[in-house]
Amino acid sequence: MASNAAPPILEMRHVTKAFGGGLFDRAQVVALADFSLTIADAPPSITAIVGESGSGKTTLARLLLGLVEPTSGEVLFDGVDVQKLNRQGWKEYLRQVQVIFQDPYEVYNPFYKVDQVLETPVRKFKLAPSRARERDLIEETLQAVGLRPEETLGRYPHQLSGGQRQRVMVARALIVRPRIIIADEPVSMVDASLRATILASLVKLNREFGISLVYITHDLTTAYQVGENIVVLYRGTVAEAGSVEQVVREPRHPYTQLLVGSVPRADPRHPWQGERDASGEAARANARSCAFADRCPKTMPICIEQHPPLFQTDPDRVVACYLNREAPVIGGEELSKVFVQAASPA
Amino acid sequence: MADTSVTLEPPVLLRLREPGRWAAVRDYTRRNPDMVVGLIIVVALLLVSLIGPFFVDVRQAQPMRAVPGQPPSARYPLGTDDQGRNLLAVMVVGLPLTLKIGFLAGAVGLSIGAILGLSAGYLGGITDTIISMIVDIVLTVPGLLILITIAASIKTFISVEVLALVVASLAWPRPTRTIRSQVLTLRERGYIQVARRSGVSTPEIILFQLLPNLLPYLAATFVAAVSATILASIGLEVLGLGPQNDPTLGMTIYWAINYNALLRGMWWWWLPPIIAVVLMFVGLFLISSGMDEIANPRRRRVV
Amino acid sequence: MTPRPEAGPDRPYVPPVLQVEDLRVYYHTLRGPVRAVDGVSFSMPPGERLGLVGESGSGKSTIALSLMRMIKPPGRIEGGRVILDGVDLLALSEEQMRRTRLADIALVAQGAMNSLNPVKRVRDQIADALASHGGVTASQNGRVRARDPRDVVPDLLQRVGLRPSVAGMFPHQLSGGMKQRVVIAITISLQPKVIVADEPTSALDVVVQRQIMETLRAVQEEIGAAVILIGHDMGLMAQFVHRLGVMYAGELIELSDVLAIFDEPLHPYTQLLIASLPSLERKGVFQGIPGLPPSLLAKPTGCPFRSRCPSAMSVCTTVAPTLREVRPLRWVSCHLYEESGDRRQETGAEWQDQQAVGGYQPAASG
Repeated sequence: MASNAAPPILEMRHVTKAFGGGLFDRAQVVALADFSLTIADAPPSITAIVGESGSGKTTLARLLLGLVEPTSGEVLFDGVDVQKLNRQGWKEYLRQVQVIFQDPYEVYNPFYKVDQVLETPVRKFKLAPSRARERDLIEETLQAVGLRPEETLGRYPHQLSGGQRQRVMVARALIVRPRIIIADEPVSMVDASLRATILASLVKLNREFGISLVYITHDLTTAYQVGENIVVLYRGTVAEAGSVEQVVREPRHPYTQLLVGSVPRADPRHPWQGERDASGEAARANARSCAFADRCPKTMPICIEQHPPLFQTDPDRVVACYLNREAPVIGGEELSKVFVQAASPA
Repeated sequence: MADTSVTLEPPVLLRLREPGRWAAVRDYTRRNPDMVVGLIIVVALLLVSLIGPFFVDVRQAQPMRAVPGQPPSARYPLGTDDQGRNLLAVMVVGLPLTLKIGFLAGAVGLSIGAILGLSAGYLGGITDTIISMIVDIVLTVPGLLILITIAASIKTFISVEVLALVVASLAWPRPTRTIRSQVLTLRERGYIQVARRSGVSTPEIILFQLLPNLLPYLAATFVAAVSATILASIGLEVLGLGPQNDPTLGMTIYWAINYNALLRGMWWWWLPPIIAVVLMFVGLFLISSGMDEIANPRRRRVV
Repeated sequence: MTPRPEAGPDRPYVPPVLQVEDLRVYYHTLRGPVRAVDGVSFSMPPGERLGLVGESGSGKSTIALSLMRMIKPPGRIEGGRVILDGVDLLALSEEQMRRTRLADIALVAQGAMNSLNPVKRVRDQIADALASHGGVTASQNGRVRARDPRDVVPDLLQRVGLRPSVAGMFPHQLSGGMKQRVVIAITISLQPKVIVADEPTSALDVVVQRQIMETLRAVQEEIGAAVILIGHDMGLMAQFVHRLGVMYAGELIELSDVLAIFDEPLHPYTQLLIASLPSLERKGVFQGIPGLPPSLLAKPTGCPFRSRCPSAMSVCTTVAPTLREVRPLRWVSCHLYEESGDRRQETGAEWQDQQAVGGYQPAASG
């Protein structure tokens, strides 16, 4: 990968986010622990973050969007700490880092027609010199995500289906031509037959419009389909990361293996496989152990002692697991070293 | 392309825009009888005040305009009191006065409550802390006591409007609390986040995103505030701390007590105002109970 | 995973435990009736696992509620029969139905784990369920119900893979998966004949989902109950059910053995649906189904799928297809298969009753 003079669009440096733990509230929940990630400025990339509930992926999304402050560590936009952005910088940040949320119901104000979610950013960011041009822009953008303006505009949210609403949201994210879109479970509340279409639009945003994507999901299958690189989160730490081909096809972390084995394949001849969860049977873990130690079928004494660092077992993969302790260790901040770039589109 | 399968129920207000609105109204009556009955009662009371003047001379609501101490008769359908007021006229005049106090005080209380509640809820931080602290302090103060003190000290200057303001001075903390908690909930809604991300400024978010969705709660809070302020005002009046020259319902009850109407069997003096007050409360209560249906719409999602 | 006993000409006939005939459920809204379930028929032999898969608006969850007779206004069961072991549930009185629920037909609902009573211990909740049916002969064949909860609870917990110590815990002390297992324990406590599972794992992780489904399979096989799994996840269906029914716009448009459906889907909707599923094997192909499902309020004539069907013909606009057995034990509702010979029957239910060849075969002794 050629070294890039421009700072990364988004960077997380040793970010830890903990909730609770105040004077009277001794129980502290660490949503994300010492997490680092770099999304380069160029070329436009698609990074998938996979985690189940409790993995910290929602917190991750909110940190990237500047909705919460890290307990320690920094979140940087264009090289500047998000918490320290001035007014101008903040406005730029709001525009360049767009979001698609999970719930296609909640993101609409029921009082306004859906046109409003498209008109508002155009007007606020002054993207069109006239009403006519604004209308054109909106229609073009809707068409770019596969919607027909005459069927979508002028309607209230309750008159559109969940899939249509979500696609309008994709259009909204696109219309400001951001540099990166954070998509937090964009298709999990959408019907299966529409998912493929929406995911295709997201990939199109990346390939045709050069927008980077951070695709956050619990669904390993769509992460594999959409992402070039993947980070598997478990209880706030990175279990495994690298190119999707490596991590999903040949997982090395017992948790990733468990995940891959538990995905129900749409093929009756391909049943669930692999080892089952070993919770309850594994040794007692403590706060310093590997996050997965109490469920792992292969726990060793060293796993209880200390949470493993990242072992780079392949040029395009790291695993946080002592089973791979032969491999060289890399620091958290170097995580993106193992990311690949997409092959040029055909 | 035809309308897609039923997803969310649209907000009631929006539905009125669509054709078939009378059918919607009829069906709504079946679903929400409380609201409709409540509205009928309150509107009926208002009508009494509007049509009343055609049936009775309202000047007779003032003292010494009619033969005092008369039981109900053809000439005086509700009789007269010891000071020579025609009680039917008193009802016709007093009802709107009492309602006026309630609405005025309720509106003032709600407005203050809305401004403070929106600020505290949406802005959070130090604003919220200060406002909430003040609200909590004011709420712990025994309201009626304060009102009595205030009213007693300005006794001679009390008019209907002044009474309304006095009552309003303690009517705003509850609305502030309710609205603040509602804003706290709405603040996390997706569309607020999306609006922020589209570059919308904070005042615009409060006005154009939050406020429309708060309307049902504001309406419900208003009705509750009106009930509370009417109660408070009647409480003050019954103690004699109301406008001396206006025959509000509360003052009428005060005079009735003062002149021992109960012991003397002058039921036509103390009963009508009480019935009117009860009807008013029942009507307002039913409306606020009906508002619950709007404020908590049961949104169905098709499965 | 799908046991398929070899077909044999002299397999004895076992009567179905559940027969649904022409079930219709409409929701009466201001703008007219929404035909959520519009003439669905199928039958199940004892112990079978049947899947009903569909997207939002297909009517699958409405069917779940209808089987339990838990449809509330403005919804109403307009017609049809639901025959459980010879008794039409739709004809029972409210009191009789109440006794039938849980005892003969039980529901594991979506998010059921969240409706556990937070202030009662697990064993008390199970005991409550038993008590509400205790002492009364709830089932049709006169099995006695009254059993001491203290004996029953540890046994139930063990069957669903929970430690006996869970009995004394409160719901908030349990994880999502454990709570759902408690729900399953309650569901099987009276050994119902049919278990209706409506998206039982939708809120759970993939890993936990697998555990729950495997648990459900184990207990269902143990007590011999039939299971109807309702959901939208084709992958889950492929892993769990013997037979799969595909719902679209309130109708059952295909019903076959699960292997057959995945090997060779017959209905165009099923074909497109399977094609749109992302796989972990191959990257890159995104193929959705264009268009939208029809309005159930103003349902168009003819086939409900015609506006999105790549093979739509002119007859599809005017004549609604019906569910017919176009190949042995494969039912499809599609005009493409009209010329399928003499084995056509008018209602799927009639034919499925005669399990002559292939498919799932329950144990003969019953």
